[in-house]
Amino acid sequence: MPSLVRILAPKWRTALTRLRQGQGGSSKALVVGTVGLVFWLAVFGALYRVLSYFRGVEEIGPLLAGKLLSLLLLSFLSILLLSNVITALSSFFLAKDLDLLVSSPVDWLNIYLAKLGETLVHSSWMVALMAVPIFSAYGVIYDGGWLFGFYAMVVFLPVLVLPAVVGSAITLILVNVFPARRTRDLLSVIAIGAAGGVVLLFRIIRPEQLARPEGFQNLLDFITVLRTPTSPLLPSEWATEAVMGYLVGPLDWLPVLLLWSSAAALVVLGGLLHAALYPTGFTKAQEGAERFIKGWVWRSVLDPLFKPLSVAKREFVIKDLKLFFRDTTQWSQLILLGVLVVIYLFNIRALPLFTGERVPFFLVTVVSFLNLGLAGFVLSAIAARFVFPAISLEGRQMWLLRSSPLDLRALLWSKYWVGTIPLLVLALIITVFTNVILQATPFMMAVGAGTIVLLTLAISAMALGFGALYPQFETENAAQIPTSFGGLVFMMTTVALLAVVIVIEAVPVYGYLQAIYQGRPVRIDGTMVAAFAAVVAICVVATVVPLKVGLKKMEGFEF
Amino acid sequence: MIRLEKLTKTYGNFVAVDDIDLHVPRGELFGFLGPNGAGKTTTLRMIAGILRPTAGSIRLGGDDLIAAPMAAKTRLGFIPDRPFVYEKLTGAEFLRFVAALYGQDGAAVERRIDELLDMFELSVWKNELVESYSHGMRQKLIISSALIHRPECIVVDEPMVGLDPRGARLLKDIFRAFVGRGGTVLMSTHTLEVAQAMCDRIAIIQEGRIVARGTIDELRRQTAAGDASLEELFLKLTGGEAMQELAAILTD
Repeated sequence: MPSLVRILAPKWRTALTRLRQGQGGSSKALVVGTVGLVFWLAVFGALYRVLSYFRGVEEIGPLLAGKLLSLLLLSFLSILLLSNVITALSSFFLAKDLDLLVSSPVDWLNIYLAKLGETLVHSSWMVALMAVPIFSAYGVIYDGGWLFGFYAMVVFLPVLVLPAVVGSAITLILVNVFPARRTRDLLSVIAIGAAGGVVLLFRIIRPEQLARPEGFQNLLDFITVLRTPTSPLLPSEWATEAVMGYLVGPLDWLPVLLLWSSAAALVVLGGLLHAALYPTGFTKAQEGAERFIKGWVWRSVLDPLFKPLSVAKREFVIKDLKLFFRDTTQWSQLILLGVLVVIYLFNIRALPLFTGERVPFFLVTVVSFLNLGLAGFVLSAIAARFVFPAISLEGRQMWLLRSSPLDLRALLWSKYWVGTIPLLVLALIITVFTNVILQATPFMMAVGAGTIVLLTLAISAMALGFGALYPQFETENAAQIPTSFGGLVFMMTTVALLAVVIVIEAVPVYGYLQAIYQGRPVRIDGTMVAAFAAVVAICVVATVVPLKVGLKKMEGFEF
Repeated sequence: MIRLEKLTKTYGNFVAVDDIDLHVPRGELFGFLGPNGAGKTTTLRMIAGILRPTAGSIRLGGDDLIAAPMAAKTRLGFIPDRPFVYEKLTGAEFLRFVAALYGQDGAAVERRIDELLDMFELSVWKNELVESYSHGMRQKLIISSALIHRPECIVVDEPMVGLDPRGARLLKDIFRAFVGRGGTVLMSTHTLEVAQAMCDRIAIIQEGRIVARGTIDELRRQTAAGDASLEELFLKLTGGEAMQELAAILTD
């Protein structure tokens, strides 16, 4: 009977070959490495500052540091649980190698362990990487020494295993109740809704208030809150106790023991559950999700709306909209987007600008101006998720598009406007509402709205262009496409564009501020015109060039 | 109708299609045979405009595929070997979309959709998402999509894969009727009985080159094979040793 090592061999051999072939060469590795390093350093730096401040506070310093760690680990645990539930669905029930594994004389326990390991690695690698700078900062600030690195690994590993086992078990039960494809739809909505809810709740609770003791009636109340474990029965709390015990004493092995024994016990229980439910679940997973569609509803709504377009463009736009709204994994992301916008506006509202006296004019203008950069960044991230994968998602059907007399410009046109119009609406909501909340002047409102429209047109074009330059035709999951190398290059380029636009516009905005401050009338002079003209020119180039380059690349696609 | 001149496709140092000349006139069903990896699919995908030739030219009904791709592609219906279609569209929506790619819409297209779905016994599935279709049903849908715009020639890669005997028979009848009305079919297949029964002429391709072409009788004469079957001719032309080795492995 094949051993666990043999079952896993194709996976790690594929990974090794990929590493050896270096997919994309050393320049790609350099870019990914640099971005990763910058991100690590940023997390490390931010946490280092916070922890050094905590360390300076007597009595409650270590308590605050512990509280922060427990909050971080708790959020890791919730993310891991969600991500494991979704990943387990693919690895246990939808993966392509399952037919081979299930039809071969492989022991059920080995299948369970192999698939559990696969689920764990796929859903936890990002959290594990994120944990490195966090534990490093704790280790450095509290002089943990070299051994702390190994100790942290010993503590953190069960924190990864536990949600993997629980997540896989939840999926196993769900698949036994619903067919797998239906479960995937259901899970996407639940997961996205839950993620949105958690983020919203987190914002409304405002954990930063914990760091403001003046909000509590007396110090004793505050310390009591800090001493109370957030969730004594959760592994995140045990891990916090284990780490803080090692770093600030007293060292207690009980939490480590709890972590490992729970992990081992759950793996055994998960294995038993797998033995009992997997065969029926796997059979159910083979059932398709039959769906009868009321096509006429779509046609009666969309046909008149797009009547003025040419036949090919119209059907392309309608097809893209249908595919988006019929795919639960796609449209459910809109829930998250809605939450994001609410939080965005909520945060602007929560800025300490409106406490007490009248807000200084200078501050409002600066915040309103810098908001452009932030809004641009948010739009880039959204474009990366929704516009960037557009070309890649056509990959499997490219035989049809290339063998038909479809002008690829019509395809690009449809993809561009289907992505850009919703982005424009969102961009204007974010910018205009923010300026209304901030009570910005008409000048700043005009600058903000004008710039964000130009930036959105450019960002969307760049997302499409880079999406065509770095296509991922083999990836079926649209959510994975933006995390590719091309997605990274796109994000870096848009950040550069945002920086250039903000720097150029800072000149006229500064002139405007100076004029108001000195009580002079605002004059539209040569510098102001030149600066705005330069921004228009840059955005037009950033719109046209990526579309042209993308088109050229698409014309050369071979399948 | 389909004219290939010195058609070549290379991938780095590997020559997939090597200097092929071929003419398939109107009203002919032409079979393209060859072992796996011989260059059949590459040739067909070049004719469909999906792959760009490294050298040579492709003309469809007098229109050069590189110089006038829109005009050339309008004449063509392509049926690939792997039926990838939009999973979240219904059968009818997919056909409507394909018609639109050829600039067609309106009542005539709706009538044609009903006609084709009816012919392939897919009418009851008309408003079901493609994701719930079986492999054979998808293949039938793709064949319908290749016929929706009334092409002048059809290029088809392994048409019988996934079809049930009834579907296979229907397809044979459709192709024969299409050719009878002056249409042209260029078809690659591994099913030698199908080729022998359906094709007017046959080309056998190996290592990117056409090693023999003509009617079955002409092939027999070329290879001095007496009254050999197409299978025997095929093995003779493409090296039967491999087949003998395979038989030895299977009986070992």
